[in-house]
Parts: sequence; C-alpha cells; structure tokens
Amino acid sequence: MNQMNPDGYTTADGRKIGPVLMEMKNITLRFGGVKAITDISFDIREGEIRAIIGPNGAGKSSMLNVISGFYVPQEGEVWFKGHRRGPMRPYQVARLGIARTFQNIALFDGMSVLDNIMTGRLTLMKSGLFSQAMWWGRAEREETGHREKVEKIIDFLEIQSIRKTPVGRLPYGLKKRVELARALAAEPRLLLLDEPMAGMNVEEKEDMCRFILDVNDEFGTTIALIEHDMGVVMDLSDRVVVMDYGKKIGDGTPEEVRNNPDVINAYLGVSHD
Amino acid sequence: MFYREAGDFKTSYADDSQTFPIRFDRLRYYAVIAVAFGVIPFFINDYWANAVFVPFLIYAIAALGLNILTGYCGQVSLGTGGFMAVGAYAVYKLMTAFPEVSILIHVLLAGGITAVVGVLFGLPSLRIKGFYLAVATLAAQFFLVWLFNKVPWFYNYSASGQISAPERTVLGHAVTGASTTAPAKYLFCLIILFALAWLARNLTRGTVGRKWMAIRDMDIAAEIIGVNPLTTKLSAFAISSFYIGVAGALFFSVYLGAVEVGEAFGIQKSFLILFMIIIGGLGSIFGSFAGAAFLVLLPVLLKNILVGHLGWATDLAAHVELMIVGALIVIFLIAEPHGMAQLWRLAKEKLRLWPFPH
Repeated sequence: MNQMNPDGYTTADGRKIGPVLMEMKNITLRFGGVKAITDISFDIREGEIRAIIGPNGAGKSSMLNVISGFYVPQEGEVWFKGHRRGPMRPYQVARLGIARTFQNIALFDGMSVLDNIMTGRLTLMKSGLFSQAMWWGRAEREETGHREKVEKIIDFLEIQSIRKTPVGRLPYGLKKRVELARALAAEPRLLLLDEPMAGMNVEEKEDMCRFILDVNDEFGTTIALIEHDMGVVMDLSDRVVVMDYGKKIGDGTPEEVRNNPDVINAYLGVSHD
Repeated sequence: MFYREAGDFKTSYADDSQTFPIRFDRLRYYAVIAVAFGVIPFFINDYWANAVFVPFLIYAIAALGLNILTGYCGQVSLGTGGFMAVGAYAVYKLMTAFPEVSILIHVLLAGGITAVVGVLFGLPSLRIKGFYLAVATLAAQFFLVWLFNKVPWFYNYSASGQISAPERTVLGHAVTGASTTAPAKYLFCLIILFALAWLARNLTRGTVGRKWMAIRDMDIAAEIIGVNPLTTKLSAFAISSFYIGVAGALFFSVYLGAVEVGEAFGIQKSFLILFMIIIGGLGSIFGSFAGAAFLVLLPVLLKNILVGHLGWATDLAAHVELMIVGALIVIFLIAEPHGMAQLWRLAKEKLRLWPFPH
C-alpha cells in the first residue's frame, strides 16, 4: 500500500481515499505524573475508516478525547483540514465538523429521541433567541428544515417507531443507534466512534457494522473508531493504529497489523527465553 | 372518551411541533384561555382576586422562571426570593423616578434589571454545580435582602424602611394603588402571564430549550456536541431571572401594594417557589401552573375546611397546612420526582388506549 502518496490511495474494495484530513503530530498527554499517551503520530485520511485498537488502558479513549478537544495534549500538534488547531474548547471543535459517540452512552435521558437527534444539529442552527421566543419567521423555518434532515437520518438508521419515545426508556442497542444518529445529524467531516459495538449481541453488532459502512459509503464521512472486537475491526477498517501503554506499536492495513510481531506480542504475550 | 390522540394525523413538520400538538388538548387549552379572559373578569370580586387569582398568576410567572432555570437547565437556585426583591425594588425605583412612563414598561424593565443581576449571580454556575451552586444562590438571596434593608436609597429614605406602590394606570384603569379594582388587577397579571407562558413554551420547544436540557441531562456530552456551556447557562439565568423579576415587580406593585423586604421576599419565598416546581413538575410549563395553583389553593382550601367548617383554631390549621405541604414534598420526591405534570402525562398515556387497551 502506498501510504506516502499525498493524494490518497485506493482500498482493496475499490474505494478512493482522499488526502489527509486530520494529522496528529507527536502527541504527548500527561495526567500529573502519568503519561497516558507518549509521542504518537498518525493521520486520518478523507473518506477512510480508521481504527484505533489496543489492550485496556492503552490510551485509545484518551487519544479520541484529544481529537475531540476534551483533553489538550501537553506536547504535539493537531492538524485538521490543513490548519493547525490551537487549544480549543470541545464545543468549538464540534463546530469544525467533528462529532463523536461515547463508550458509555451519553444521551440526554430526559429528552425524546427526536429532540436528542435535533441537538446534534445545534452547531448548524443560526436563529437568535428573540426570533425563537416569538417562533416566527426564521426560527420556525429553520426548525422545520432541520426536522426534515433529522427525519432522513431517522429513516436511514431505521428508528422511526421510537421517534417520540424518551431516550431513558430505550434498550441498550437502540440507545447506541440513537447516539450514532445524533452524531450523524451534525453532518460531521470526521466521526469518532468510541466502542460502538461494546456490549452488543451478534445481531446488533452486524446492524451497527452495516450502519457504519453505509454512513461511510453514502455520506462519505471519515470515521475513526475504537473497538475491541477484532473481527469487526479487521473487516471494517482501512487502516489500523495499534497502541499499547500509551505508545504506538503498529500502523497500517489490517493485514500488516495482524502480522506485526509487536502487535502479536502486546495481545498474546511472548515467551521470554 | 375525554382524551383522544388516535386519528390525529400530522402532515407537516410545522404541524407536529406546534404549541399544543394534540387536537383535543388544543381545544381544551383554548377553552381555558377563553374563560380566563372572557368570563372570569366579569365575576371576580376582591376576595377571589386577592386570595386566589392574583397570587396564582404571579406565582405562576415566578414558577415558570424557576422552572426554566432548574427544571429545564438543571441549575438549582435558592435565590428566587432575592431576585423577586430585585424586581420589586427596581419597579419601585422606576415608578417613583419616572411617574409618567407606563407601568407595563416599568414592570418589563424591572424584569430586565433582574436578568442582569441574575446573570451576575449565575456566573458561579460555570464552575460549580448541584448543592454547591444552591449554596451560592442562597448567598444571593441573603445578600440581596440585606442590601435592600441596609441601603436607604432603595426605599427612597422612607422612615419605615418599607416601599409602597403609588397609583398607576393602564388605559385609564388603576392597576396599582389603593383604588384598584379586582378585574383590573386580574387582567393586568393575566395578560403578562399569558405572554410570558407563550414565550416560555416557544423557547423550550426549540433550539434554546434543547440546549438547556442537554446541559441539564449531561453537560459534558452537551459541550462535546457543540453546546457552549457559558452562553447556555447564562441565558437560562437571564431569562429565568427576567420572569422572576417580573413576578416580583407584580407581587409588590399589584398584589401587596406595600412591602418590607425580609418579610415578603425572604428565604421562605425561595422555598415556596421551589416546592411549586417540584410538586408541579420539573421541566414542564404545565407543571409550573399546576404547582402554583396547588400551593396557592391548598392553604385557602384548608383554611376554609378546617377553620370555616370544622371550627379549628387558626394557628392549629396553619400548622397542619405546613405538615401537609411537607409530607407532600417528601411523597412527590420519592414517588414521582417529575411531579403532577408527569402524573398527568402518564394518565394521558393510559387514556390513549382506554377503554380498549389491547
């Protein structure tokens, strides 16, 4: 595979992958004396499904939190769409077009499914407080317009029947799907999925895989995901970053990563003789 | 068959997000509004106005305000009494300083001034939450009451330290002062409440409301999907305080007429309004009305039954009232934390299929 080509490459299944969308350069993240991430660099290309894997505590979620602006790394640079990103609050990062889902579902329990997904579009809504208070003109048009877009996502993820159900009442698998819907509603350039398949049964996993592939295919969304299910990771992703103890130990196509001795060592251990 | 949702189809998204989406609900609300505006003013007398309607309308405004902050945005406030006092003293200073300006404008300006004060005391909410924020707003409550007692400028150096409302008119009818008639008081408060409730409903069903609820339900997730916590929390404080300031201004100028700050706007007032939204329903416009009606009517009802019919001593009846309210709050917090509004919602869900649930 030609990783050095700046214009991208073509995947095994024939999809065109574009130039670099996000680049992490020498990221180091410390919590007090603990180094969660040590000097990691990798890039995410336009249109690609990029997986981050590693054993528990390897720093995968911290990495995702760095990308989504929740943690600010002590060293290193984050480049997005060709610009260096300065220190930003998470809501500013969201406005750049980065959306995410969470490892432990972080939906708004008191609101209906529809309202939850509508919150995903907050970054795209422009009408002011007063126009909303009067529910007149711009605010009403905007509400209806966004509702239409949200309904498309509801159709796409096949959750029409629970549209008006409060999220707190939904089963786990559906909550995960609603969370994906909320992230999609923002029409992100880059979608971060933190263990989208955790705690699901086989059927739900298959559904979720299908949705992830469809999202990538239909909307052309770039996806970065963390997942523990190796079968899923190897099937879905175009390139994989492997982390262990906060360090990058492998990076490449699923095939390359699978045969990397460091990766085998980290996952299976190696005899010291 | 007094509640029907079946067959009530919507063919546009605008229809689906209207104020009262269910046709039956809509008709009933229209009926209530028609009675409130068209019938009650002709029958209201001083007793009904002063004991029931005017306090209900004013407390409903205050409850709406606190519900926006606590019920929708999740920021607990114990400073309601203090903010009502800000509204009252603001309207007093405005009325005495600019007597020629309409009282309606003064009331709205008083709300605006309270909004500014509310934002000021809302600033700590960016750092602290829950109990700690409650304590910070408690400080606002005590500080504001102390301020209005201590600085004579606020009460125009009157000897008693009280403020009293001079007579002001709207369209030739006195709405403040001693010669005010019951219908004038009632209608003045009703119009303001109607407008504010409509605005509150619009705000809470749209983007602003969703931002507030997102902050309430999970503030970290809200920030990550693009909600700016600073502007969202402060807008909740501002709008909530506006409502509470208007309520305070009306409470002083229209309802009581003369006020001593510690007595009218003490910590009990903060708790009373908090109880209203807990019993009525956090995060519900209807709940604000239900809670206000309940806590205004309950004492009147108990007094009529216990003192009027059973012949109990007044002080005993007052104590029983305290016990009943206390017990109710405990029961609601345990059994139905979302209050009467949630009970109503559940009843509606049951009735959706009644009488053929299968």
